[in-house]
Amino acid sequence: MLSIKGLSKTFFPNTINEVKALRNVDLTLEAGSFTCIIGTNGSGKSTLLNAVAGTFVPDNGVITVDGTAIGGWTEYQRAKLIGRVFQNPFAGTAAEMSIAENIVMAMRRGQSRPLTRAVTTQAKKEIADKVCMLKMGLEDRLDNPIGTLSGGQRQALTLLMATWLKPKLLLLDEHTAALDPKSAAKVAELTRQIIRDEKLTALMVTHSMQQAIELPDRIVMMHRGQIVEDYQKEDKKRIRVPDLLDTFDRVQKKELFDESVMQLLAEQYV
Amino acid sequence: MNLIIGAFTIGLILSLLSVGMLISFKMIKFTDITVDGSITLGASTTAVLIMAGWSPWLASLVAFLAGMLAGSLTGILYTKFKIQEILAGILMMTALYSINLRIMGRSNIPMLDTKTVSDMPEQLLLQASGGETKMLLSGWQVSLIDLAVFFSSLILVVLISWLLYRFLLTHFGTVLRATGNNVQMVRAQGVNNNKMIIFSLALSNGLVALSGSLLAQYQGFADVQMGIGMMVWGLASIIIGEALVGKPGIGVTIAGAILGTILFRLLIAIALRWGLNPNDLKLVTAAFVFAALVAPGFFKSYSQKIFKSRKHA
Repeated sequence: MLSIKGLSKTFFPNTINEVKALRNVDLTLEAGSFTCIIGTNGSGKSTLLNAVAGTFVPDNGVITVDGTAIGGWTEYQRAKLIGRVFQNPFAGTAAEMSIAENIVMAMRRGQSRPLTRAVTTQAKKEIADKVCMLKMGLEDRLDNPIGTLSGGQRQALTLLMATWLKPKLLLLDEHTAALDPKSAAKVAELTRQIIRDEKLTALMVTHSMQQAIELPDRIVMMHRGQIVEDYQKEDKKRIRVPDLLDTFDRVQKKELFDESVMQLLAEQYV
Repeated sequence: MNLIIGAFTIGLILSLLSVGMLISFKMIKFTDITVDGSITLGASTTAVLIMAGWSPWLASLVAFLAGMLAGSLTGILYTKFKIQEILAGILMMTALYSINLRIMGRSNIPMLDTKTVSDMPEQLLLQASGGETKMLLSGWQVSLIDLAVFFSSLILVVLISWLLYRFLLTHFGTVLRATGNNVQMVRAQGVNNNKMIIFSLALSNGLVALSGSLLAQYQGFADVQMGIGMMVWGLASIIIGEALVGKPGIGVTIAGAILGTILFRLLIAIALRWGLNPNDLKLVTAAFVFAALVAPGFFKSYSQKIFKSRKHA
């Protein structure tokens, strides 16, 4: 469903702040699979997600969604194929507008916006039916501004909005990281449920090892802009949190060794 | 009484300015200074076209379209060329000053005894009254022509505001309102947010220019200076409107902007009557907007201080 080939991105090239955020990344997701990216801060996992979403233009590489190369598409054009939930629980909804108005906008994601009334009685009924599923009592508050809701409620609604029209690909960018533990667990469970029921192809970035073990059927570990580990099928089923932490340690030690050797060489010969 | 009707009429005409600014200032949260130029643009095009014998309705429509063009150019400067919003507005406003002079050919066009959009209702009312030009209204003598102009402005403003209200409730209008709320969300829903900004500024300045067009027809002249300070004027009206109605739905917000404009115009008329020097008008308006912007925060911190001192006591 999603295929990434040779993706590279360097921020601030040829300056002292140069960051090689992505180095020749290859990744292919099969239709209906749920993949999780983990990695340390600055490993490039969010950058990879943003490259697919189209928030910046990569230096090299080809991104294909459902057989269509979307490299030349803008962020809003890609929204036709891609549903997104952001880390900031306030980023996915328009605060001053009502729950119903927010969802009505998502009901036409990537489609034309005609000059007909948006929030009709029929649309509201449809919305109430589906919002019921969240079990948050929001179906009675459809006319309230969405800004009056909690972060967890807003994130649950954003998830519902991103998947209202079945996306070819669902991107989740640490979407439970900014929530309290209880809301985070609820949104995580909701994520699992929606992805399973709608048979979505999903790519999630997370900091939570627990989530990485529990939710997806594939774990990809990134470090320094590269994919360093890829646990699929049987490997994924066997792996536990301590194994992931071990791998992290190993990857970091290797790098520490590299750096100290470089330093040693530099001191000796320069 | 005639003075009050006059103030009401000008208030109604200028409420199109406030309603237009509501779109840029409140809906997409864009501080648009183009307004000062586009209101004059509406007046100048109308004056020239009516003097050239065009129908006043057609002239008003052209003024509206010219305003839309000016607004969309500001939007293009902002979105395509990444110029800051204030600067984009200033550039457009400055350019419009020369353009308005070019359109008019001089700095002032008087339009005495020309046709206006209120001709038809005026004649209807005069026919209905059987040739009388004045009538008694609760003891006051009122010019029928003034009354006709007042009512035709009222009908026009109500009609346009109602259309705008219906528009803002459509799928397109909903996305437009969301653009000022959360750009990231709007993009994630597959909407070209830049296009929405350009369209909003076009619509906003179209209404502003229409307001200028009607103002020129009412006052009987177009002047290249008439737009100066109009943005602050509209802002003051919007602030008064918000104070009157609070922050509920869109319909009430639009109604509030109209009421605010009329009330502000009445206050100014009364102040001028009491001997306010017309030269001080802009200063008073600016001071008023300053006070209205600062006062809520001031009172908040003041009451917090009181609350704190009580807590300590």
